[in-house]
Amino acid sequence: MTKTEEIEINLLLDAIYRKYGYDFRNYARASLKRRIQNCILRAEVNSVSALIPLILHDKDFFSEVLVQFSVPVTEMFRDPIFYHAFRLQVIPYLQTYPFIKIWHAGCATGEEVYSFAIMLKEEGLYDRTTIFATDFNEEALNTAKEGIYRLANVKYYTNNYQKAGGKSTFSDYYYAGGYDSVIMDASLKKNVTFAHHNLVSDGVFGEMHLILCRNVLIYFDKQLQNRVLNLFRNSLIRKGFLCLGTCESLQFSSVENAFEEIEPEYKIYRLS
Amino acid sequence: MYSFSPIQDNFSALEVVVIGVSAGGMSVLSEIFQQLRPDFRLPLLIVQHLHPHQGNFHIEYFSEIAPIPVQEMEEKQPIHPARIYFAPANYHALIESDKTFALSVDEKVNYARPSIDVLFETASEVFQHHLLGIILTGANRDGAKGLRQIADFGGITIVQDPDTAQFAAMPQFALEATPSSQALNLSEIVVFLNSIHPKLSNLSKYW
Repeated sequence: MTKTEEIEINLLLDAIYRKYGYDFRNYARASLKRRIQNCILRAEVNSVSALIPLILHDKDFFSEVLVQFSVPVTEMFRDPIFYHAFRLQVIPYLQTYPFIKIWHAGCATGEEVYSFAIMLKEEGLYDRTTIFATDFNEEALNTAKEGIYRLANVKYYTNNYQKAGGKSTFSDYYYAGGYDSVIMDASLKKNVTFAHHNLVSDGVFGEMHLILCRNVLIYFDKQLQNRVLNLFRNSLIRKGFLCLGTCESLQFSSVENAFEEIEPEYKIYRLS
Repeated sequence: MYSFSPIQDNFSALEVVVIGVSAGGMSVLSEIFQQLRPDFRLPLLIVQHLHPHQGNFHIEYFSEIAPIPVQEMEEKQPIHPARIYFAPANYHALIESDKTFALSVDEKVNYARPSIDVLFETASEVFQHHLLGIILTGANRDGAKGLRQIADFGGITIVQDPDTAQFAAMPQFALEATPSSQALNLSEIVVFLNSIHPKLSNLSKYW
């Protein structure tokens, strides 16, 4: 990154923060920069600086930028082996609780929320579970609430479901929507509360038995990662579980010693 | 024989090698690793297109045959010399300006995640003319744009000679995008790699 471009990006992020309150200043730069470059292409301007007046004076333009900045990419039963490990390592503990509270932080368009709902149903735990599924991207959250997904992905999801240790058939959990979509069974979201929450600026969610936050921390710098991990620690009950993405880790973080590793390879942790 | 004379002066400036490989990758990488000098000092950063659920088999396999350590790139970790790093399956690999790895689950690029273009483009911005980019066998066009950017930033670019590659398409697209690249067969690529003598001053910044 050239020095000039770095200055431009800092100014852009400052402008967004001061005008709209969204704070991307502690996002990992390499990915964010690619997203900014996409905005430049779409807006047909030729520098990062040229985006700034558009963002400051045009709220609709900013809404589009916000969508670009948080392009959610997720899938049903992403990393099936993680789900498999979760069934073996965590479900037996969850079974001992009379009720279970789960925070799905950064749920994006909700595919993994439904995946978890399916798994909890199959393990007989869904009826005593409350899931709080949060994201700062309203558009993604609306998709999550609707639970309508592309038919083209279903074959892949079905494969994931099977590898994840699914006990039934994936087609039991959705209905045909329009010609190219499927609608997730409404009973799966009966105990799910979808809510707006920004990990960068918002506070603790209390007394959770389990927090899922997979492939979100990789977008943050070290400082923001530590803030969010502390938030998680303070939102968990004693002996609560934390699941991160397979390429994320508590190693070298400020909460490393607060957790024990349950399943190092699949990043399942438990508060000591 | 071939001649590297036009770019010879740049050898000692090299700090990092990035390699992109797709279909046919296991055998070409095996061949390169088997012949790599045990005292090879540069980090080799590799994007190999893999099945999204690919486990660690390739890492274990290559660890057996490579003369230097082989591992997956880890988020926020620094790049060490004399190591071979693979992008993890189903993640894009990027380089941050402080020369650490970054990962993302952003949309596929060229139908691929990890994408060669994503690694090459971000690495070229950080390492500029200290970067060597290599495109090997493959059946798609990923990497062509990234290789072009490496050349534009003054780095060295090498493409496996399409006539000798198991799958010619990827090298072909790369050559079309960056005609100034050296087109070499596999043993020439190994000779090239083994002939790099990085300045110790370039590598010392890693310790």
